[in-house]
Amino acid sequence: MTAPSTRPTRKKVGRQRAAVGAEPGTARPARGEADDRPRAPIRTRGLTKAYGDLLAVDHLDLEVQAGEIFGLLGQNGAGKTTTILMLLGLTEPTEGQARVVGLDPARRPLEVKRRVGYLPDAVGFYADLSGRDNLRYTARLNRIPRDEAEEAIDQALEQVGLAHRADDETEQYSRGMLQRLGIADALIKDPDVLILDEPTTAIDPLGVTEILDLLRSLVEERQMAILLSSHLLNQVQSVCDRIGIFAAGRLIGQGSMADLAHRFGEDIAHVEAEFQTSDDAEVARVREVLGAIPSVASLKAPHRGNGAWSIAVKPAADETRVRRSILAAAASTGLDLTSVRAVAPSLEEIYRRAVERAAHGHARDVR
Amino acid sequence: MTADSTPLPSTPGVVDPSPEAPAPEVARRPRRTDGAIPSRRERSVPHAGWMVVAGKEFADHLLSARFFVLLAILGLAGGIPIFLATEQIRNLASQLPPGISGLFVGLFIIGPSDVSIFNIDVTVQSFITLAAPLLGLAFAFDAINGERAQGTLPRLLSQPIHRDDVINGKFAAGLAIIAFVLAVVVLVISAFGILRLGIAPTASEVLRLIIWYAVTILYVGLWLSFGLLLSILFRRASTSALVGFGVWLVVAVFGQFLVRFVLAFLVPVTNQLTTDNLQAVQTQTFILRLLPTTLYNEVSRVLLNPTATYAATPPTIGQNVQVSQQIGSVLSIDQSFIIIWPQIATLLAIMVVMFAIAYVRFMRQEVRA
Repeated sequence: MTAPSTRPTRKKVGRQRAAVGAEPGTARPARGEADDRPRAPIRTRGLTKAYGDLLAVDHLDLEVQAGEIFGLLGQNGAGKTTTILMLLGLTEPTEGQARVVGLDPARRPLEVKRRVGYLPDAVGFYADLSGRDNLRYTARLNRIPRDEAEEAIDQALEQVGLAHRADDETEQYSRGMLQRLGIADALIKDPDVLILDEPTTAIDPLGVTEILDLLRSLVEERQMAILLSSHLLNQVQSVCDRIGIFAAGRLIGQGSMADLAHRFGEDIAHVEAEFQTSDDAEVARVREVLGAIPSVASLKAPHRGNGAWSIAVKPAADETRVRRSILAAAASTGLDLTSVRAVAPSLEEIYRRAVERAAHGHARDVR
Repeated sequence: MTADSTPLPSTPGVVDPSPEAPAPEVARRPRRTDGAIPSRRERSVPHAGWMVVAGKEFADHLLSARFFVLLAILGLAGGIPIFLATEQIRNLASQLPPGISGLFVGLFIIGPSDVSIFNIDVTVQSFITLAAPLLGLAFAFDAINGERAQGTLPRLLSQPIHRDDVINGKFAAGLAIIAFVLAVVVLVISAFGILRLGIAPTASEVLRLIIWYAVTILYVGLWLSFGLLLSILFRRASTSALVGFGVWLVVAVFGQFLVRFVLAFLVPVTNQLTTDNLQAVQTQTFILRLLPTTLYNEVSRVLLNPTATYAATPPTIGQNVQVSQQIGSVLSIDQSFIIIWPQIATLLAIMVVMFAIAYVRFMRQEVRA
């Protein structure tokens, strides 16, 4: 709960932002005036949901701070949506507790829902109403006074890039446009917490960048806490501050990309090096030179001579040393090195390892 | 508010009692510490959630194609009998002494004596009995499963309203639209009676008509809550529409016919006035009264005909004889009402029970399919 000052003030700040543009940090008073550690807007302790014998969500401990984007990663049916429904008070947990903006959603769903914007999976709108009228209905349900609502609707439509189609019936919208409208719909109540279930599934690649930029700016300027669930790994990787990997109802790992890479990377770092090679003999020499460098665990040659060699380094801590060695080797052997760089571990790999480990019953150790 | 390290409170419902919560924090944002304190927003828009839902639904209904179709159907259901019965009513009016009460309400139950369909008289009231259920079903059969199919239900439920606001609002909007359509029909027929036939209502007739109008809303509301139940039980709107239509056919159209047909075998009624026979009649009456159409017909017959002194066949031979010996008289409204209040109460009970089942089912349903 780090949201700044009173609601009206904050609202004004939010409105100005659209016109003025990004001015991170100015929109909120310095953190920690009253307390150094703010309370997380989303917290769960041992949150569990059972459908009969099936544990959809199994003792989930989760915390999402204000001003961060938390990505919930998992296959379909891993329990992501069930978790979200419990956070909104739309499903009662079998066991455990959740706190959203400091309130128990199972007991006080209205207060929670007033301050949480939610984009459901496969969001839908009333087909015979215009996008704007759909948002007006949401505004009325949130009891936002009319003039304030019109302003908020205009702003939200602008933010998601739908202003030019706002008065068309949503029947004519594409799936991606509906998704954008869904995000606008979640924003008009000026929420403290945003929960997005698969926010970018149907949006085209350029649109995705826009949406992710929007989410970033919301987090940075309004100090929202955003929880998003997705199975699109690279999007999660690019926008989330922290990531939780969900499998079979359990959170089998959470933390920043670096944390997760450390935990699931099996102490392997990756380096890419490019060489300009003219024939197969040179390729063989590159392989020989690189193979001789200590701590290089494995090598993968590029497909056609030229291109990036993928080098696995173990232990991961030796990564810098290996890069220096490559430079030195290139200099001493006269190989035409065009680039060398460290490669961030891909979430895909981390995810695959995490799920594999969980499947092998190591989940407890991991946690 | 250093609560990250403190465990969650063990008593649910208590909102994070943190004794070290600093006072300035509370003063700065009074709403954030306790969500129950109404913000400027809530005070400025006093609507309850169900009213917002109802308002939106009502506006949708008014602009929908089905509204105009049903207005046309109900218009025809009222118009055809009154058109056919004009001659009959004129004759009756000329025979009656002036000033007698009952002719105006008769507009709704007098039909041409020579025409009948499926044993159903051609009167405004019987046609409404037949067609009005469609009104209730049409505005409810896709109320909930339609929201599901469109994917709007999770979004709707994630707004700060109670879950029952959705179903209550939809029911209220349905009742409002029913009341509106029926009011149009009743007013048009009344206008026709006053302007074309020159029959003016007395005060008590207006009152009878208003009560009948209210009971008609109740009767259609019963079908509305049935439609609502179907929309919750079935995932597909087409299924609930078909089931609703089927039940309408069986109950409202062929109901009397079917029940009598079956009962004719089980408890045959002869023309003799014996105790056995009377019992058979009673059994038939009881079974028929399980149909809301029967109940509504009985109510209408008594309300719209001040000379009607009984709702159905009297239970004993003595009373039966009495009825046949009665001197024709005109009942006052309260006397008429005494005769048919059990029927009205039963209609109300059926509607409430149906709605209650729908309500409970809806509240227990998972948000996701």
